[in-house]
Amino acid sequence: MTVLVIAEHDNASLKGATLNTVTAAAKLGGDIAVLVVGTGAGAAAEAASRVAGVSKVLVADSAVFADQSAENVAAQILAVVGASAGSISHVLAPATTFGKNVLPRVAALLDVAQISEIVAVESADTFVRPIYAGNALATVKSADPVKVVTVRTTAFEAAGEGGSAAVEQLSAVADSGLSKLLGRELTKSARPELGAAKIIVSGGRGMGSGENYHAVLEPLADKLGAALGASRAAVDAGYVPNDYQVGQTGKIVAPQLYLAVGISGAIQHLAGMKDSKVIVAINKDPEAPIFQVADYGLVADLFEAVPQLAAAV
Amino acid sequence: MKILVPVKRVVDYNVKVRVKSDGTGVDIANVKMSMNPFDEIAVEEAVRLKEAGVATEVVAVSCGVGACQETLRTAMAIGADRGILVETDAELQPLAVAKLLKALCDKEQPQVVICGKQAIDDDANQTGQMLSALMGWPQATFASKVAVSAGKATVTREIDGGLETLEIALPAVVTTDLRLNEPRYATLPNIMKAKKKPLETVKPADLGVDVAPRLTTLKVVEPPKRSAGVMVADVTQLVDKLKNEAKVL
Repeated sequence: MTVLVIAEHDNASLKGATLNTVTAAAKLGGDIAVLVVGTGAGAAAEAASRVAGVSKVLVADSAVFADQSAENVAAQILAVVGASAGSISHVLAPATTFGKNVLPRVAALLDVAQISEIVAVESADTFVRPIYAGNALATVKSADPVKVVTVRTTAFEAAGEGGSAAVEQLSAVADSGLSKLLGRELTKSARPELGAAKIIVSGGRGMGSGENYHAVLEPLADKLGAALGASRAAVDAGYVPNDYQVGQTGKIVAPQLYLAVGISGAIQHLAGMKDSKVIVAINKDPEAPIFQVADYGLVADLFEAVPQLAAAV
Repeated sequence: MKILVPVKRVVDYNVKVRVKSDGTGVDIANVKMSMNPFDEIAVEEAVRLKEAGVATEVVAVSCGVGACQETLRTAMAIGADRGILVETDAELQPLAVAKLLKALCDKEQPQVVICGKQAIDDDANQTGQMLSALMGWPQATFASKVAVSAGKATVTREIDGGLETLEIALPAVVTTDLRLNEPRYATLPNIMKAKKKPLETVKPADLGVDVAPRLTTLKVVEPPKRSAGVMVADVTQLVDKLKNEAKVL
């Protein structure tokens, strides 16, 4: 039995989400093989070979994968599963926009269900996953011969280093020719990524404006080395771009410390951050629902409290 | 050019669901049901493409119980031209829905299928991608901008860390993210008009699709509750707690 983990990477290095996925894979039992599908991805493959618990790294390196299109990546995964003659029991990918984009195609073409965003492994065929934006947890059992699973990365620790897996080169599938990447605009920031940050400073509608958001929260985030997040209300009000959004329809985060500033605590926001280790809420409204989930609550005017906090840490 | 838009009937966005005490699922009896919000965005996008003269017909499809007719009427009130209900009382999982939609795509031959990126009940985020794979079509998921012209679509997608723009050949599947558009409110005259639009009902067996579930739900429980902590008097006390009690600073 082999668990195939689909690596998310940028050719030069593995994304952290891959390491969390390896940890989920280790809970299934069996060998772990990591599949790196990329273009000039030797460094990423080498990084994968050093991950603890990985027994084999498969690399499909070709210009065909330069765009990381769902069509081509899924076709390569299918080729690997097909060539394994039934020895691959599970295909896992992180539940990031990459994994969510690619894996359902694999499941459909294998004619199996996908189990989305698992947060726990009960056994090799039984998983726990959130439904209704995390308001309920469902335990589901799969009857399919191959389990295709995406993994909520915040629910599993990152796998460490220490492996020395063999790297095997595969021949790449042909280009589907259906899709072409015209361009990417990645938000440039010196701050950590929301999904990977240990501390997140998040602002809501209480910030009042985009200018206030940056003027008040950035000095604190700089001091703490924190990522910046926002509630949907702040995003909808145009204070910050969509990729700042934490919540049911944005990013799901679970940092060591989550500072919610001027955020009332709508259900959809709580769904995205309630697994944080420590939650601090600063809000002038003592009735705000955010205080019901906060470990430490401070009823105060954020425009006074946040600069004080920035000065004190 | 025809656009097909699948729409799902789900517990309304504003309802906080309760888990049944016997752990078999969530209680949806006597709960307000609405169209999945991402599907509403999909209908709006399709209708805008029709209003812009790009599309000629918008067909809404729903799979599920008889009451999904209401969801189809809502889609037609927004501007869809007709509806197809694939009626069944069976539990439908994403792979089954994708197969039903494939059968309808084979019959209706749309150039574009616009789906919501996920339903807010099972949060699966699978159906659009699965349909695209089964059809052998390209996909553009999590769309925040869609332009369609001469056999291709240019779609801007929301990805972790930013945006990317794809050019895909038609026919294709597009799935919507929140920022694609803001759906209109259906006006009363349009709601009345929607009641007269054609609505066809078929059964999964008519489409030759086996909808048997592949996953069995063993139990559904409430997540562990997070209890409220303490209120602090001022920033000094907060910093002290974070350093010495929580040890996160």
